[in-house]
Amino acid sequence: MSVGESYALTHLDVLESESVHIFREVAGEFERPVILFSGGKDSIVMLHLALKAFAPAPVPFTLLHVDTGHNFPEVLDYRDRIVAQHGLRLHIASVQEFIDRGELRERADGTRNPLQTVPLLHAIRAHRFDAVFGGGRRDEEKARAKERVFSLRDEFGGWDPRRQRPELWQLYNGRHAPGEHVRVFPLSNWTELDVWQYIGREKIEIPAIYYAHEREVFARSGMWLAPGHWGGPRDGERTERRRVRYRTVGDMSCTGAVESDAETIEQVIAEIAASRLTERGATRADDKLSEAAMEDRKREGYF
Amino acid sequence: MTDTASLLRFATAGSVDDGKSTLVGRLLHDSKSVLSDQLAAVEAASRNRGQQTPDLALLTDGLRAEREQGITIDVAYRYFATPRRRFILADTPGHVQYTRNMVTGASTADLAVVLVDARNGVVEQTRRHAAVAALLRVPHVVLAVNKMDLVGYAERVFADITGEFGAYAASLRIPHVTAIPISALAGDNVVTPSAHMDWYGGPTVLEHLETVPVDHGPATGPARFPVQYVIRPQTAEHPDYRGYAGRLAAGVLRVGEPVTVLPAGRTSTVAGIDALGTTVDEARAPQSVTVTLADDLDISRGDVLVPAGEGPLPTQDITATVCHLHDRPLTPGARVLLKHTTRTVKAIVKEIPSRLTLNDLSPHPAPGELAANDIGRVVLRTSEPLPLDPYAVSRTTGSFLLIDPADGSTLTAGMAGDAFAAPAADGAGAPGTPADHEGWDF
Repeated sequence: MSVGESYALTHLDVLESESVHIFREVAGEFERPVILFSGGKDSIVMLHLALKAFAPAPVPFTLLHVDTGHNFPEVLDYRDRIVAQHGLRLHIASVQEFIDRGELRERADGTRNPLQTVPLLHAIRAHRFDAVFGGGRRDEEKARAKERVFSLRDEFGGWDPRRQRPELWQLYNGRHAPGEHVRVFPLSNWTELDVWQYIGREKIEIPAIYYAHEREVFARSGMWLAPGHWGGPRDGERTERRRVRYRTVGDMSCTGAVESDAETIEQVIAEIAASRLTERGATRADDKLSEAAMEDRKREGYF
Repeated sequence: MTDTASLLRFATAGSVDDGKSTLVGRLLHDSKSVLSDQLAAVEAASRNRGQQTPDLALLTDGLRAEREQGITIDVAYRYFATPRRRFILADTPGHVQYTRNMVTGASTADLAVVLVDARNGVVEQTRRHAAVAALLRVPHVVLAVNKMDLVGYAERVFADITGEFGAYAASLRIPHVTAIPISALAGDNVVTPSAHMDWYGGPTVLEHLETVPVDHGPATGPARFPVQYVIRPQTAEHPDYRGYAGRLAAGVLRVGEPVTVLPAGRTSTVAGIDALGTTVDEARAPQSVTVTLADDLDISRGDVLVPAGEGPLPTQDITATVCHLHDRPLTPGARVLLKHTTRTVKAIVKEIPSRLTLNDLSPHPAPGELAANDIGRVVLRTSEPLPLDPYAVSRTTGSFLLIDPADGSTLTAGMAGDAFAAPAADGAGAPGTPADHEGWDF
């Protein structure tokens, strides 16, 4: 790269540089950081940034997947392949195991997203993680718009928006007492479109379900859900084949597909840029539980 | 939109009655940055409250407590884009704790929008917002004269307010002020030009935000490279690699350039720069890069690389302007931690010589302590020498935090050196302040 008169950093360059700075701050100041990695696009971008931040050395963090037991098989395959490819260490906190041991109970609505908090906090305690990277973005949701880049959590993992530390310049304060930990959000300032543009620019491999494909789906609450052992379709719900893709991947019980013909990253970017629905509005049922669903979950320790 | 668009960070300042939430809502709505599910949620919430039209201010009320009680909790960040630029808006609430919030929002802003109610003109709050913008050295200030619809869209009203604000801004040495007459409620001059104000020939708020020049990191001036992390793979492929990872806080760093490591003062030469996977000849602020040096020096997190002979003199005695953020006051004798770039050291508050009265910029000598939201001068002594630049030269290497060593709370935001921009060479001082080539000292 040569620096000429017209040289200017693009917005993606600035965001990338800022996120790398955040990863390196955590590496410099914490003992036992971990990256939450689900195989979804935000955690994929996080891992890509971490790989760049420490090259040619390996990423100095382990990974943690909070597995609801209702994941898309394509995404789990991708997860395991990427972990092996980069020689990383992956911890799995399993919602299913907590249910099997009687420490969690299935919800009436069948969604397991809110159930992730208990295994997550258990894993943080068991492994004594002191910094937990999450792929949350402030543009996703109105409670997340209030989130800090370094977010102190108490010994119960809870978030208290009234007691957040002010965050000025790029001076991040990671001090915490024993038992407390810090959630770190390196993608805070990224939007959904930024994430897709960056995936395109960096040519990052993502699970194939993010691209249009024929799939068995059925309609529930205005969303196209994929059938599976998680509990769909119920009586009266009929599956059909549709051409769909996913804007976000999470628990199969609450992650909807969107109808799409976008087969390449360029087509995905064009589709997102033109969309009149937010990512969560289009595809996530868990945030529709109440007006403050995300805030309430975050207060309990969700990411 | 292409990925070559630039990024503008801006902050809004205004009290609740000035219509700040409406301006932000209008900006998001009229720039088509509000998507249909968000608008549907606002429409439903407005109907539940018995309102006839969607209350755009609800777009910016994020938390349960904010919606239920109409209070605002600290800064929220919002994101929107036009084909020309992407924006990060620090939406700072206008409630009573305004100073702390505005300082937080302004710390990373390229531009501040100061909102004024056209019926009231420049009030104490306006002066306070302008002073905070000047203190934090926000490069651009927009004076948005709102509610022009309530003063008959009169040019005279706008001209009077602009004149008064301009004189005050000049006394604060704010370099760029753009005044725009708007009605956030009616949408005049926010995104679309007003049909009611033919006499105004300037840009709309959005047009100005899209075109104002952005300097993401001062690439002028000598380089400042705080070392964050030392990368040593110790692998068969890279047995001897030792790279210094960091983010350029200022200037340009070039391969072959002699550099000094502060605070120790040893010197070497830049052997290579890796810009996140690409080998480059030079890097500029605010790029995150990894630097290798020609000599094997003892360098660790907290050291700062500067061009040889162009670094600040490391010091253990710091005089700074601070904004106190915490509810526990800051008192002389307090033992704190000081975080400056990537280095955290012990420090003691030696003196608090003055507290600033923001509305008239008068100094209150020997205040005894600084309470939450107070801005004042502080003299600190640190346990180790720090290479601070004046905040006027660099917002990154001139800023620091004070942290409570007992519980880790962020206590105070600090800006090294003089408070406001130094007076012009002709020595003209501000009203009520003696002319002084050293800048203002309160």
